[in-house]
Amino acid sequence: MRSMYSFLAEGDEFVPPSSRDFVLPPIFGDNPYSTKPIFLVFLSVILLSLFFVMASRKAAIVPSKMQFAGETVYAYVRNELGRDIIGHEFMRFVPYLFSLFTFILVNNWFGIIPMLQFPTMSRISFAYVLGIITFAVFHYVGIRHHGIIKYLKDILFMPGVPKPVYILLTPIEVATYLIVRPLTLSLRLFANMFAGHLLLMIFILGGEHLLQGAITLKLVSPFAFAFGIALTFFEFLVQCLQAYIFTLLTALYIGGALADEH
Amino acid sequence: MSFSLLAAAGAPNPLLPATAEIVVGFVAFGLLYMVMRRRVVPLFEKAFTARTEAIQGGIERAEKAQAEAAEALVQYTEQLSKAQAESQTIREEARVQGAAILEELRAKAQEEAARITATAHASIEAERQQAITSLRNEVGALAVELASKIVGEALDDQVRQSRVVDRFLDDLEKSKK
Repeated sequence: MRSMYSFLAEGDEFVPPSSRDFVLPPIFGDNPYSTKPIFLVFLSVILLSLFFVMASRKAAIVPSKMQFAGETVYAYVRNELGRDIIGHEFMRFVPYLFSLFTFILVNNWFGIIPMLQFPTMSRISFAYVLGIITFAVFHYVGIRHHGIIKYLKDILFMPGVPKPVYILLTPIEVATYLIVRPLTLSLRLFANMFAGHLLLMIFILGGEHLLQGAITLKLVSPFAFAFGIALTFFEFLVQCLQAYIFTLLTALYIGGALADEH
Repeated sequence: MSFSLLAAAGAPNPLLPATAEIVVGFVAFGLLYMVMRRRVVPLFEKAFTARTEAIQGGIERAEKAQAEAAEALVQYTEQLSKAQAESQTIREEARVQGAAILEELRAKAQEEAARITATAHASIEAERQQAITSLRNEVGALAVELASKIVGEALDDQVRQSRVVDRFLDDLEKSKK
């Protein structure tokens, strides 16, 4: 693996970034609760709480700039992701969808914010947590809405299907509802953030390494940096998109659980 | 130093969760959810409701004001036309009355003039009669006095006096012939 990159290096060997770079040591001694991702998660909660509490505090008819900014995000999640997808009972889920969207968005942004520069969601634990919550929410909602018997029956034996098809369909449906949905939610978010961060590291650290090499390599390094910067903009897009997709799918699953026909 | 050991052992599996992060994930997201649910969402909803009501109220108020203005316009137009008609009537009446007053005054003046003329005629006639009477008496008295002075004869009797005058006059006439 390392030999692949050896042609780039003149002196020291270039060590390509790997999953090792996502395991950050605790800042205070051995305490596993003092790692950078954990601080970043709390930072995101503090920043989001401060911003939205300040923005919503006055609840004025004619909003200030800050209230307008907060309202724009809120109204987008409320109307586009809540009302339009879940339907008339959407208001119950707006706080969850809104928290989810802003939480993922800000933690993703941390990946390109200077000085922070670590996407929290590239640590799969956080993605699992959100996947599990969504999983719990939409099953709970479905069971409360239909009753446990009918809810399970609808999953196990999808209505309006010829009986022999159940041999094939039932295992797929069970897998979908119990494993695929929460797992894909978590993995999609994690993998995008993980890969994006890896990509940025390759170009930025690679550019840095080229700068330390021979004169010809020094001349190439600006291209690596330029690509790194271009990818940063691309990452911003991916970060917003992933927050949107996670929230959208959560809304879709909740809407599906509330729907009378699967 | 388990982390450095892990790193030394080679690339870790990124799909394995860490307990600390799972706990923090639930706690941190739970906190954010509480803040959003308790504070942010209700206040934004309040602002939305207030805004919707304000806009609806504004539209209703504007419609009401417009209706009132239209009503007032109709009322004013009506009043104006009524006032115009009234002034027209008053002008007409005044013209008629003025003409009548003028006519009356003229009639009165003519009557007065006629009356004054008649009175003047009557008084002139009376005075003329009086003058004739008194002249006749005075002429008679003067003539008798003159004659008596001339004749020297006292003529106190009225009949005689007239006879003497007549005779005198007859003589006067005879002598003229």
